[in-house]
Amino acid sequence: MDFTHTETRRMLADTIDRYLRDKYPLAARVEAGNSEQGFQPAQYEALAELGVIAALFPEDQGGFGGEGFDISVAFEEMGKKLVNEPVMENALIPGPILAAAGMDEAVENIIAGGARYALAAEEPQALYDLSHVETTAEKSGDGYSLSGKKTVVRAANGCDGYIVSARTSGGTNDTDGISLFLVAPDQVSARDYTTVDGGRASELTLEGAEGTLLGDEGGAWPALQAASDRAILALGSEALGIMQTIAAMTIEYLRTRKQFGVVIGKFQALQHRTAEMLIEIEQTRSAVINAANAMALGAEERARIMAATKYTIGKAGRRVAEESIQLHGGIGMTWEYDLGHFAKRLIMIDHEWGDQDFHLSRFVALGRAA
Amino acid sequence: MDLNFTQEELAFRDEVRAWMAEALPKELATKVRNEAPLSKDDMLQWQLILNDKGWLTYTWPTEFGGTGWGPVKQFIFEEEMAYACAPRILPFGLRMLGPVLMKFGSKEQQDYYLPRMCDGTHWWCQGYSEPGAGSDLASLKTAAVREGDHYIVNGQKTWTTLGQHADMIFCLVRTSNEGKRQEGISFLLIDMKTPGIEVRPIQTIDGGHEVNEVWFTDVKVPVENLVGEQDKGWTYAKYLLTHERTNIAGVGKSNQMLDRLKDLAATQKRNGKPLAEDPFFAARVAKVEIELMNMEVTNNRVLSQAEAGGAPGAESSMLKILGTEIAQEIDDLTRRALGSSALALTPEVDEPGYNGDFVTPEGFGHASESYFNHRKTTIYGGSNEIQKNIITKMIVGL
Repeated sequence: MDFTHTETRRMLADTIDRYLRDKYPLAARVEAGNSEQGFQPAQYEALAELGVIAALFPEDQGGFGGEGFDISVAFEEMGKKLVNEPVMENALIPGPILAAAGMDEAVENIIAGGARYALAAEEPQALYDLSHVETTAEKSGDGYSLSGKKTVVRAANGCDGYIVSARTSGGTNDTDGISLFLVAPDQVSARDYTTVDGGRASELTLEGAEGTLLGDEGGAWPALQAASDRAILALGSEALGIMQTIAAMTIEYLRTRKQFGVVIGKFQALQHRTAEMLIEIEQTRSAVINAANAMALGAEERARIMAATKYTIGKAGRRVAEESIQLHGGIGMTWEYDLGHFAKRLIMIDHEWGDQDFHLSRFVALGRAA
Repeated sequence: MDLNFTQEELAFRDEVRAWMAEALPKELATKVRNEAPLSKDDMLQWQLILNDKGWLTYTWPTEFGGTGWGPVKQFIFEEEMAYACAPRILPFGLRMLGPVLMKFGSKEQQDYYLPRMCDGTHWWCQGYSEPGAGSDLASLKTAAVREGDHYIVNGQKTWTTLGQHADMIFCLVRTSNEGKRQEGISFLLIDMKTPGIEVRPIQTIDGGHEVNEVWFTDVKVPVENLVGEQDKGWTYAKYLLTHERTNIAGVGKSNQMLDRLKDLAATQKRNGKPLAEDPFFAARVAKVEIELMNMEVTNNRVLSQAEAGGAPGAESSMLKILGTEIAQEIDDLTRRALGSSALALTPEVDEPGYNGDFVTPEGFGHASESYFNHRKTTIYGGSNEIQKNIITKMIVGL
């Protein structure tokens, strides 16, 4: 057994850490997160230049990584500094789908930070179930005509294209009969809004939008599952990074804040709660390592591990976010203090790609099937 | 053993309920149900309606113009307000300062301030916490020095709820550094328009503005604004805190929020089936409902004791802990029931006449903000950790 990262990955982590420490102040991130843009395009491009996006893709697609632990290292470092640049949404998720469809130039542009795409998969009233597809796609001339609605598509504004899931056959919740299409933004009407954790998302409405089929007609379910696996790994790693920052802030606060004539870290009740929080973080780290390792496994074996990981992130994330605010007291409730922004993102991670209950029941179902 | 309200109490409940259905403006109830921010005018509007009815001072004794209701009737009234989604009655004047003035204030202070806190002339806020004095309130430093017929006040208060609207603030200030820390504290009433007072907003993590810092620089306060005796303010503050902690359990509010959550879980669907039928989610809702059922009985046991003239002991602290944790769990489940849409901030849906689409289900656009905002409830009013200290001190006694 060896739980140390390779030299290359340690260098990747160092590079990201050094850059963010020097050039990524939280105040600018919070301001951008609540602006109409939702992120900082110059930062996104800078991360691409650093090789953060290239690290997420294998060599044959123009990257230098692409394995589970490459993804994990990159997102953990970004989580530590609360990066909200849409590297996951606009590169990690759509990139491999476009690569599989042979769109090499688009993938090159993604890796260079010059193009952004977004996967629009979830629909209103689907509650995280990506097989719930009411959006229809019908053959029309050389392409397809799509109609339907997609909900909470993160970082969709300003994208070069949307990858939209639509039904070409089967019933609303069938996993067969779902296809993916590349749709130009001018074919879609979008309603943008700010998100609770600081960022941008959109409701997309398609009414006879022109789409180009990506991959096999009706056979997109494995690609959606793989996208979900990548997302869970990235979100889990980000959550782990956030938790480490939160723990460091909380410990620092316990060491310096005085009440009743002593630093509050002297109170055993608070010591034990801090210890429990640290245990949750180590459990999360293990879940994330498991997920990163599982990226090299077959889809079926991987699925149950991913469900376990996302459940763990949701459960531990809530605990860490809530406890850290409580241990800080009033100051933890304020916008001006950094903690709240980390806590909000940590809670909201549970609302992306299925929450803890969704994945707990998935874990049960997968276990029963095995 | 009889767990029920008496016939008379039930008739009273029906009377309150019927009046509330008529008197509470619908737009106010909708805002409260949807957890939308309330303006100063919204809160004052309801306060004045209650004042006209004579029910604003429902906790006051008759000699001060109150209803003279006992603890059970007060409780029923509060429950009905919560079910009806009425704006909360701000406690700072009516529930906190009022009783202190009745017990320790001069006749002049009572005659002047009590009517004005009812008719909307004086919006009161509370000047207790300081940056270095939170849970450890007795370590407060804001100083008041006597100079002729004035006190000169210097220092800073924080977490001043709705201080941005306030006309008056009641403050704990240090008038002596001799003896025990608790012994040199005085209770002062200060006009917010006095030169030298600056109110600075504190934005909370949900993006809202509810609390403030209040800074005092050489603020001149007439000596007649001292309540009771100089250096005895801690006694009055402790008396006030016992009033702050009544009905801390919030049974009615939690029941209303639970009903709202169940409605949501019945309409949110996955795989065509309501979320309420998801065994994991259903179990979470059931667990909090059971805790709430139990707490309701605990609360009624305390209430029944109080009606018979008993003073609640450690139970108040237990109810504060239970009440806040149950309410927070309901907030958490409401946010979760929204799925991805919990991420969306769409304040435009609150605008009058909005008829566009809803990203989050109608009426739930503030659920995530409320979840974050309500993290405060286990921190304020004596944090839940302080409540646990009180419980063990009273019962274990070590």
